Amino acid sequence: MKVRARDPKQAWTEDFESSPVRDDGIETSTISGVPLKPLYTSNDFPATRTEELPGQFPYTRGIHPSGYRGRLWTMRQFSGFATAEETNRRYKYLLANGQTGLSVAFDMPTLMGQDSDAPTSRGEIGHCGVAIDSLADMETLFDGIPLGEITTSMTINSPAAILLCMYIAVAEEQGVPASVLGGTLQNDILKEFIAQKEFIFPPAPSMRLVVDSIEYCAKEVPKWNTISISGYHIREAGSTAAQELAFTLADGMAYVDACVERGMRIDDFAPRLSFFFDAHIDFFEEIAKFRAARRIWARWMRERYGAQDERSLKLRFHTQTAGVSLTAQQPELNIARTAIEALAAVLGGTQSLHTNAMDEVLALPTDKSARIALRTQQLLAYESGVANTVDPLGGSYFIEALTDEMERQAETYFKQIEDLGGVIPAIEASFFQKEIADSAFRYQSELEQKRRIMIGVNDFTVDEEVPIDILRIDPKLESEQVARVREVRRRRDQARCSNALTSLRKAAAGKDNLMPYILEAVRAYATEGEIMNTLIEVFGIYTERAVV
Amino acid sequence: MSPTAVRPVRIIVAKVGLDGHDRGVKVVARALRDAGYEVIYTGLRQTPEMVVDAALQEDAQVIGLSIHSGAHMTLFPAVVRELKHRKATDIVVFGGGIIPDDDIAALKKQGVEQLFTPGTPLQEIVDWLRQRFPDEKR
Repeated sequence: MKVRARDPKQAWTEDFESSPVRDDGIETSTISGVPLKPLYTSNDFPATRTEELPGQFPYTRGIHPSGYRGRLWTMRQFSGFATAEETNRRYKYLLANGQTGLSVAFDMPTLMGQDSDAPTSRGEIGHCGVAIDSLADMETLFDGIPLGEITTSMTINSPAAILLCMYIAVAEEQGVPASVLGGTLQNDILKEFIAQKEFIFPPAPSMRLVVDSIEYCAKEVPKWNTISISGYHIREAGSTAAQELAFTLADGMAYVDACVERGMRIDDFAPRLSFFFDAHIDFFEEIAKFRAARRIWARWMRERYGAQDERSLKLRFHTQTAGVSLTAQQPELNIARTAIEALAAVLGGTQSLHTNAMDEVLALPTDKSARIALRTQQLLAYESGVANTVDPLGGSYFIEALTDEMERQAETYFKQIEDLGGVIPAIEASFFQKEIADSAFRYQSELEQKRRIMIGVNDFTVDEEVPIDILRIDPKLESEQVARVREVRRRRDQARCSNALTSLRKAAAGKDNLMPYILEAVRAYATEGEIMNTLIEVFGIYTERAVV
Repeated sequence: MSPTAVRPVRIIVAKVGLDGHDRGVKVVARALRDAGYEVIYTGLRQTPEMVVDAALQEDAQVIGLSIHSGAHMTLFPAVVRELKHRKATDIVVFGGGIIPDDDIAALKKQGVEQLFTPGTPLQEIVDWLRQRFPDEKR
């Protein structure tokens, strides 16, 4: 009997439609709500994509022609807790275990620019990072760690300029000139207004400080990544992948606009801009997000800002696995989640990576859980073989279509933000804040309805005592840190310190770049809180309108 | 004014401490509102005094506290103490955030009635309130 030849794609569609499908009520869209087809074919693959190559514009497939063949990503575990002395010990432990860069977590008072003896620092000291009050603490933090040989990332925003100056000053004491220092300052105030909410000054003076530090570093600390434009916190606050991508790149362009407005040439500062993204649990969506980010940035930098230097076009980024994806229930599963997320970051071409420890949802990680997290990266790098091929998913019908979809959604958001007058007016109109809160609520509702599953939380639960050891902060630490900052204030050269603060106040009221003034105040052992309060006198503080 | 039976339960939800992680508090605030409660969100960085002020001013029956910085052992009991000090111990205090089990037990002893940790279904919080205020209009 003669069988009529069917078009293979048509045949598949017919076969699929006549096949039974799972009917468990679980969403088949991405975690961000992007509808997915059951199958992607060459019909979904734009012909232009075949021409994209790693190391070539628009860098969708990676910024280096050699990918991880040339160099593996930097394994950079974010850590910091208790005192500078204890954190220094953890850093030495991580470096001895093969970590290749440091990443400092500061405690809440440090992040909010206040000293340990401020009344509102009570109960907060050393809890979610290390307490740094003055240059004296920074000297202890990096004691015995050669700053000329490692790179350090510092996660701090409103007081970022002060902490960078402290780092420069410690390096000076070690005999290391600022010109050779490598590392990253988060310094991304816009996402604080949008998501993480560790703002202090109003937007305009906040942006001035950011531009001051970018301008200063372009001349004096040329190897430093002056800003880490961060989607991580936007995502953790509840955004979708597309919102994370769009809001982060919009922030990036706002910084570029501010620097250009200051009179800087694009290629003098753009190569030192860096990015920081979340790697969430929806594997393919994350890979697509990273690929789209590179393509969008390269296009905008070339087409809108006229960047010529290739380094200005290349979006480099750090990734952290998703804290919000971790569960307090059956916490050992977090090792598996983190491995999947880390793999997405690597397949997305990240330059550096932090893998979360399984117990981070409960408290600060112990030495053991921190080591397992680092070993997870080493397993990907050395055991799994995934680093052997550049952009191994490039050309996948699905990944390419999803990359295009991410780009399309981001462009729609750029248009909306522009219509609102730009990033800062959009912040003041609570645009981002509402978008994020809506997404967070939608996701939570999907969990409640079991349209999304979190293993151990809304399905596959067990009744168990969580037997994990957690790291606790000794309450004695608080009084010791308070004593330490008071001792610094007693012993310093008072005249030099108060002169430095007076000069800073005057400069803040004028137009000078504030970095040299802050550096002098830091060298004179002015405390972080004193420097911030001096600036608050001139700049004032910002209060957010609370929206639910 | 006649007693609470004629009006919905009013809840102050507040972020105490220095951290700005407001995802959880906003999700909970919306869920409580959707469940029929009157919810007033104070915004970030409230001191215990500010929270109690708001609760008294708004004539709230319940205070819900959220924190993610690890300072719960200092700040939650401080809210309870402030309520005692202001002779407002009829106001019920509950909390949420990253709070280890041992701390939950200690906080309950100190007068925080209930604590919810990451992964808690929103319905569980609503159910707890319904049980705690069974006769109230919603």
